[in-house]
Amino acid sequence: MKKVLMSVAVGAAFVMAAGSASAQTLNQVKSRGVLQCGSNTGLAGFGQPDAQGNWTGLDVDYCRAIAAAIFNDATKVKFVPLSAKDRFTALQSGEVDVLVRNTTWTMSRDTQLGLEFGPVNYYDGQGFMVRKKLKIASAMELSGASVCTQQGTTTELNLADFFRANKLKYEVVAFASSDETIKAYDAGRCDVFTTDASGLYAERLKLTAPDDHIVLPEIISKEPLGAAWRHGDNQWGDIVKWTHYAMVTAEELGVTKANVDEMLKSTNPDVKRLLGTEGKFGEAIGLTNDWAYRIIKHVGNYGESFDRNVGAGSRLKIARGVNALWSKGGLQYAPPIR
Amino acid sequence: MSSVDAPKMGGTGGDEKPRVAFWNDPEKRGYLFQALLFVVVGYLVYAAASNAIDNLTKQKIATGFGFWNNTAGFDIGQRLIPYETTSSYGRAFWVGLVNTLLVASIGIVFATMLGFIIGVARLSKNFLVNKLAAIYVEVIRNTPLLLQLLFWYNAVLKALPEVRDSVAMPGGFFLNNRGLFMPEPVFGASFSWVTWALAAGLMGYFAYGRWARKKQERTGQQSPVLLVGLGLVIAVPLLVYFAAGQPLSFNIPDLGRFNIRGGVQVFPEFVALLLGLVIYTAAFIAEVVRAGIQAVSKGQTEAAYALGLRPGPTLDLVVIPQAMRVIIPPLTSQYLNLTKNSSLAVAVGYPDLVQVFMGTVLNQTGQAVEVIAITMAVYLTISLFTSLVMNWYNSRKALVER
Repeated sequence: MKKVLMSVAVGAAFVMAAGSASAQTLNQVKSRGVLQCGSNTGLAGFGQPDAQGNWTGLDVDYCRAIAAAIFNDATKVKFVPLSAKDRFTALQSGEVDVLVRNTTWTMSRDTQLGLEFGPVNYYDGQGFMVRKKLKIASAMELSGASVCTQQGTTTELNLADFFRANKLKYEVVAFASSDETIKAYDAGRCDVFTTDASGLYAERLKLTAPDDHIVLPEIISKEPLGAAWRHGDNQWGDIVKWTHYAMVTAEELGVTKANVDEMLKSTNPDVKRLLGTEGKFGEAIGLTNDWAYRIIKHVGNYGESFDRNVGAGSRLKIARGVNALWSKGGLQYAPPIR
Repeated sequence: MSSVDAPKMGGTGGDEKPRVAFWNDPEKRGYLFQALLFVVVGYLVYAAASNAIDNLTKQKIATGFGFWNNTAGFDIGQRLIPYETTSSYGRAFWVGLVNTLLVASIGIVFATMLGFIIGVARLSKNFLVNKLAAIYVEVIRNTPLLLQLLFWYNAVLKALPEVRDSVAMPGGFFLNNRGLFMPEPVFGASFSWVTWALAAGLMGYFAYGRWARKKQERTGQQSPVLLVGLGLVIAVPLLVYFAAGQPLSFNIPDLGRFNIRGGVQVFPEFVALLLGLVIYTAAFIAEVVRAGIQAVSKGQTEAAYALGLRPGPTLDLVVIPQAMRVIIPPLTSQYLNLTKNSSLAVAVGYPDLVQVFMGTVLNQTGQAVEVIAITMAVYLTISLFTSLVMNWYNSRKALVER
C-alpha cells in the first residue's frame, strides 16, 4: 500500500508542483544542508544499512563522496531506500537529488524519463543462479524452468529476450522487492534466480544454505550501473560526473585516503590540479577548489571503495575484472582534470 | 393569532412573488453559488492538467498514451488471455485486469459463503462453535491484511513439496510448490451438443421448479424438485455426451525436467492471495451477518417456533430473508473492499492490474500520471459496477411498504 500511496503522491507532485528542475539542485542541497540520495533497499556491497542504520556500499560511497565535495562532511547524506519500480518516479519528482542505486543506463531511460545518466561506477551483466542439485552447467539447459525476478528492472526484459532468442520455455514470477524475490527463490518457488551478476553474489549470502547454489557462467546482458539525475540541471550533472572521475583519477595517481595530506605537497601537476593546489577547477562546478581533496580525505579513491565494499576486502570478494582501471585492462577511465 | 395569520401570508407569497434583488432570493443565489463552484472546480482541474503537462515537457518526460501500443518486452506468469513478450503494453494491461477480476470474483463468492457460515456460527448456542467463530473473527479482523497475505504465501510455499516430490493425486492431479496441476479438458468438435443439452436441462429445471412452487402454493402438495432437477441437469447432458461419441479428452500433466508439463496450473501466488482475501473479508462479512440476524426481532423466531418450524427452516425462511435487508448495504462495501484489497497482490507476486500495469509498465514507460490515472479509473469503474449490481439487488430485497 505504501508504494501505491507513493506513486499517487508522485503523480500529484507532477500535477501540483510549479517548479522545474533547472540549475536548482545544488542550491537546494546547500540550503537543506543534506544530500538526498536514492539508494537500494538493501544490496550487500552496493547499498545496505547495518543494524545501527549506518549505510555502506559502493553506491553509498559515491553519494558520500558527493556530500564530501559539497559540505566537507561525508555524513551529510540522507539515504532514501527505493525499490526498483519506484526509483525513477522518486528522482523525477525531486524526492531525491541523485539516484545511485545499481541502476542500468539504457537509451529509453536516458531519453524518455527526463533523466540524465552519468559515469558508470560498476560494469555489470545479468546472470543466473540455480541449485547445485539440479546439475545444470549452462543457461541453455533452463528450458521449462520457473524464474524469480524483480519487477521494474532491465533484468525482467533481458530475461524475456534471452528465453525468446534461444526459443526456451519458462515461467516468470516477478516481485516488487529484491527481498521478496530472494525469499521466494529460497522457498523453492523458482528453479532460477536472476539479477545482475554482482547482485547474485550479494543475494546468495541471504540464502539459508548459500553453498547449495551456483551462479551459471553465462552473462546475458550489458548492465552499466551508474548515477542518474534530473534532466536539465547541467551544473548538478557536472558535480555528479566529476565526483566519480575524481575518485578514479585519484586511484590512477596513487592518491589514497591515507596519503592525501602528504600529496598536497606533491609537485606532480596532475596531482596538484586534482587536489586544487593549482587551478580553479572546483569553482567552475560551483564548489570549492579543494573539492577532490575532500572526497579522497573522507571517502578514498575508487579502488579503495571497490576493495572495501565488493572487492578483496569484502565478503563478496568480486574480482576487479572489467572494473579495473583502463591502464590495468579494465574499463574505468576518467577524462583528465585540466 | 399567528397560527391564523400564517396560511394567509403563505397564500399571498405563492400567488404573486415579492420583487427582491436576486442576491436576496435564496433560489437564484443557490444557482449563482453552484455556477461559481463549477467554474472554480473546472479551473482547478484545468490548471492542474496544464501545469502537469507543462512540467512534464520541461523535464523532457514523455507524455500521452502513445505507449499503449508499444512492445512490452516482459513476461507475465499467469495469463488467461493470449499474451507474449512481443505483445503491447495495452495487452499487458488487459492481462492484469483479467487477473484482478478473476481473483476478485472468486474471492467474493468464497468470502460470502465463509462469512455466512462464521456469522451464523457466532450466534450458535453451542459453546465451542460460538467461541471458535468469535476467536476467528477477532484474530483475523485485528491483524493487517498484508501480513496475512505474506503469511499465507509463505505457509502455502513451505508446506508444499518440491517438484520432484510432487504429490500425485488420482485423476492426474499433481501438487507441489509450483502450484496445483490439473488435467486440461480438450473439447471435441461435437461437444457443443453437450453444452446445449446442459443449457436446456437448466432451463427445464427452473421451469419445473417454478411450476412446483406454484403448485405447492395452490394445493400444498410438494413435488420431487431435486430428483427431477438432477435428472434434467446431469442425466440429459450425460446421455447426449455418450450419444455424440464422448467428444471430451484430457491433457494429463506429467513430470518434466524442472516442472510439470501440460495440464492447467493453479499458481501458489493466486492461491495465497485468494486465501488471504477470502479469510480476511469473511471475518468482516461474518460480523455483518451476525448484526443482520440480531437485528431481526426475537419475536419472529419465537413465532416461527410456535408455528412448529424447526430451527433450520426458521433460519432459512423467517430470519435470513428479513436479515438480508440489513445485511446487503454493508455487504456491498465489503465486496468493494475485497476488490480494492486485491491490489496487495504485488506483495506475493501475483500479476494483477497493479503489479503488471502500475508496476512494470509504469516503470518501463516512466509515464506515472497516465498509468496511475488509467488504473484509478479502472478501479473506480469496477467499484461503481459492483455497487450498481448490489443496489439493484438491495432494492429488490428492501422492505416494500404498503
